Amino acid sequence: MVEQILFYVISTVLLASALGVISVKNSVHAALLLVLTFFTAAQLWILLRAEFLGIALILVYVGAVMVLFLFVVMMLDVNTEHLKQGFARYLPAGLLVAAVMAAQMIAVLGARNFGTDKFAGPAELPAGYSNTEELAQLLFTEYLIAVEVAALVLTVAVIAAVALTLRKRTGVRTQDIAAQIAVKRSDRVRLVKMPSEGSKVDS
Amino acid sequence: MTSSIPLSHFLTVSAMLFCIALAGIFINRKNVIILLMSIELMLLAVNTNFIAFSRYLGDASGQVFVFFILTVAAAEAAIGLAILVVLFRSRGTINVEELDSLKG
Repeated sequence: MVEQILFYVISTVLLASALGVISVKNSVHAALLLVLTFFTAAQLWILLRAEFLGIALILVYVGAVMVLFLFVVMMLDVNTEHLKQGFARYLPAGLLVAAVMAAQMIAVLGARNFGTDKFAGPAELPAGYSNTEELAQLLFTEYLIAVEVAALVLTVAVIAAVALTLRKRTGVRTQDIAAQIAVKRSDRVRLVKMPSEGSKVDS
Repeated sequence: MTSSIPLSHFLTVSAMLFCIALAGIFINRKNVIILLMSIELMLLAVNTNFIAFSRYLGDASGQVFVFFILTVAAAEAAIGLAILVVLFRSRGTINVEELDSLKG
């Protein structure tokens, strides 16, 4: 019973904050509402006994990806009024497509095909069961190569992000160590031969 | 107990989340940042489906898939935002309608 109430409360917050993400004017508010959406989705996942992924969602998404989003939103000086111009124009079409798609999906995914009679509630997990342990065992045996490919994907993403945003600024005085080392004595010092003062007096 | 919540409820919530994200792509088609956020919402809906099925079928492989989707989505967000920053630097706008030239 408690779990049912929790499910409905969490789902309501999830859908409301998702609606907020797509409808607020300010991009910073949208990013913060997206944080709330991820947070409630993580709660939903933990309700489904997937606690490792729920916590990973909070750590990776709320902790890293959303901070990146906020960073970019605040770094770009965007004229939000201008970007919201077509809002009212595309609203009917968007709502129509979304409503039709939602109706179709719910008709298929509803209680008729996936109700309690078709999919009985899962068995209670045994005491001492660890979701993290089960997932780790799968990841490091059956899906080991996939894990390594995923690591490669992340490495490529990091390098690509740095390579894309790196820029050479001109007109800035910086230290060029290679040029400093390669310098020769003849570049800096010039020896000039000239008669000494004393010899002039003697003559 | 999770057993008192039918699987169809979880699937319905994620279907609605997916459709909200779809509507977001329609009505915010000028702002690239909100478009990226809508894509993240769609991936979240898909992941919720995976986890619900994984729980009700008693097979943890579904959660492994979610793990990989999270990885790829994080990489996608990082590269997408990097492209966005470069785009804003060279064009001074992120309005989709003004981005009509392939030349950098």
